[in-house]
Amino acid sequence: MTRVVITGLGVVAPNGTGVPAFTEAVRQGVSGIRYDPQLEALDFSCRIAGTPEVTEEMKLRYFDPLELKGFNSGAVLYGVMAGMEAWQDAGLPAGNDIQQPDWDSGAIFGTGSSGVDKMREAIYRMDELQVRRLGSTVVAQTMASGISAWLGGKLALGNQVTTNSSACTTGAESVLMAYDRIRAGKARRILAGSTTDGGPYVWGGFDAMKVCTFKNNDRPAAGSRPMSASATGFVPGAGAGALVVESLESALERNAPIYAEIAGGHVNSGGQRNEGSMTAPNSEAVQRCIREAVRDAGIHPDEIDAINGHLTATSKDAAEVTNWSLALNRSGEQFPYLNALKCLVGHCLSASGSIELVAAVLQLQQGFLFPNINSEDLHPEIAAIVPREKIPQQLIHKDLQVIAKASFGFGDVNACIILKKYKR
Amino acid sequence: MDKTALMTTIKEVVAPYTKNPEALATLNEDTDFIRDLKINSANLVDVVLDVEEKFNIVIDNDSMEKMINVRSAMEVVENKLAAP
Repeated sequence: MTRVVITGLGVVAPNGTGVPAFTEAVRQGVSGIRYDPQLEALDFSCRIAGTPEVTEEMKLRYFDPLELKGFNSGAVLYGVMAGMEAWQDAGLPAGNDIQQPDWDSGAIFGTGSSGVDKMREAIYRMDELQVRRLGSTVVAQTMASGISAWLGGKLALGNQVTTNSSACTTGAESVLMAYDRIRAGKARRILAGSTTDGGPYVWGGFDAMKVCTFKNNDRPAAGSRPMSASATGFVPGAGAGALVVESLESALERNAPIYAEIAGGHVNSGGQRNEGSMTAPNSEAVQRCIREAVRDAGIHPDEIDAINGHLTATSKDAAEVTNWSLALNRSGEQFPYLNALKCLVGHCLSASGSIELVAAVLQLQQGFLFPNINSEDLHPEIAAIVPREKIPQQLIHKDLQVIAKASFGFGDVNACIILKKYKR
Repeated sequence: MDKTALMTTIKEVVAPYTKNPEALATLNEDTDFIRDLKINSANLVDVVLDVEEKFNIVIDNDSMEKMINVRSAMEVVENKLAAP
């Protein structure tokens, strides 16, 4: 069977734009959650959010001035930045100087929505009977596949170029779709990842459902509280994560840096049956997804050193930990280390899976568990399964061989990936 | 507006869309937007919108179709400016 590895990383996250800044923030437990005056002005219940900081100078590293004319799509902005960073990190070429498409390279880059702000602008114009004044920029910034199309052009990708969408599992799913396509021998390398717009017009629906916390407006950095007894909902975020997924053969031929091996994975759905619904997971499906991923990876559940969970800071965190425990048949001192990146970046929706996967790959490559900030008051149901020392509140350096990462999304959909330290 | 000033203004409008700086430097009435300036065809509508804004005129769909080079663009603008 073809072995598949990760050879490049890119990220635009609320607590760090670019892999070096993000790595440092994650290791140090720096929160990217800030007070958002626009949310207050619009009378949102939750007035804190995780929005990446992107300067004009950063934009001009990835876009030319014409592309930035009339540009107003967060999903395309973050996705192009993260995607191109990952591609160049892997030592692969980018830019207009490339004369021919690379038939062996593609992109599977997901999003939940694209260019909501751009669409809002366009809707106002159209309602003012000014459709002819929209210009040429609306479609490429608002079509769901905009992000993969932009990346495909900038990188001259000649293999499959597409966008997947499965709510908060989107990022993990994109990596597994890339993994499957490479294992099937249909591509040699795929730029996988996911992105999302941010801002009130994306987050409003969640605010209205009261799934975002509204009790932490006065303390942004302490606002995102996965696994905490005082967790009262997620903090909305935005950004993008990108991973170059490549056959081991191609990586070795190119002498590319190898961050980690994808040992296996699984995606499934709970069919919105039993306790599963549009918004809640069917636990049987979650456990099955984790077990199938472990089986696909050909490892024993006891080999998992750490879990990078979905853990959003809602009432579902305890159920997730229970599902991990039952699926792996591990609890107490035997439970793996547990990390929840959302304590630092909030819930980046369709980008969450890929941003968290970038963190998980860095954890494996550099050997560390990052601080689970805001978990000082561990939820009693979680504390009953996992000892405190397995949910570290400080940076811990530790050699890790296997990390399991899962993402769960609206629609009762699940994805789990088993990452392994690469060995020849 | 005299022809030189008109051409200079059109040159300013097309500059951000031009992929061929040499052709822009030697822009004349025969310069073709797509063939010479290598403007992406999708951007032609943006050129027209920018011309409208610059001269405070409205260019109808039929005139828009004719605006494929500097000469035709100048004619369309002159006609619109001359219209009562």
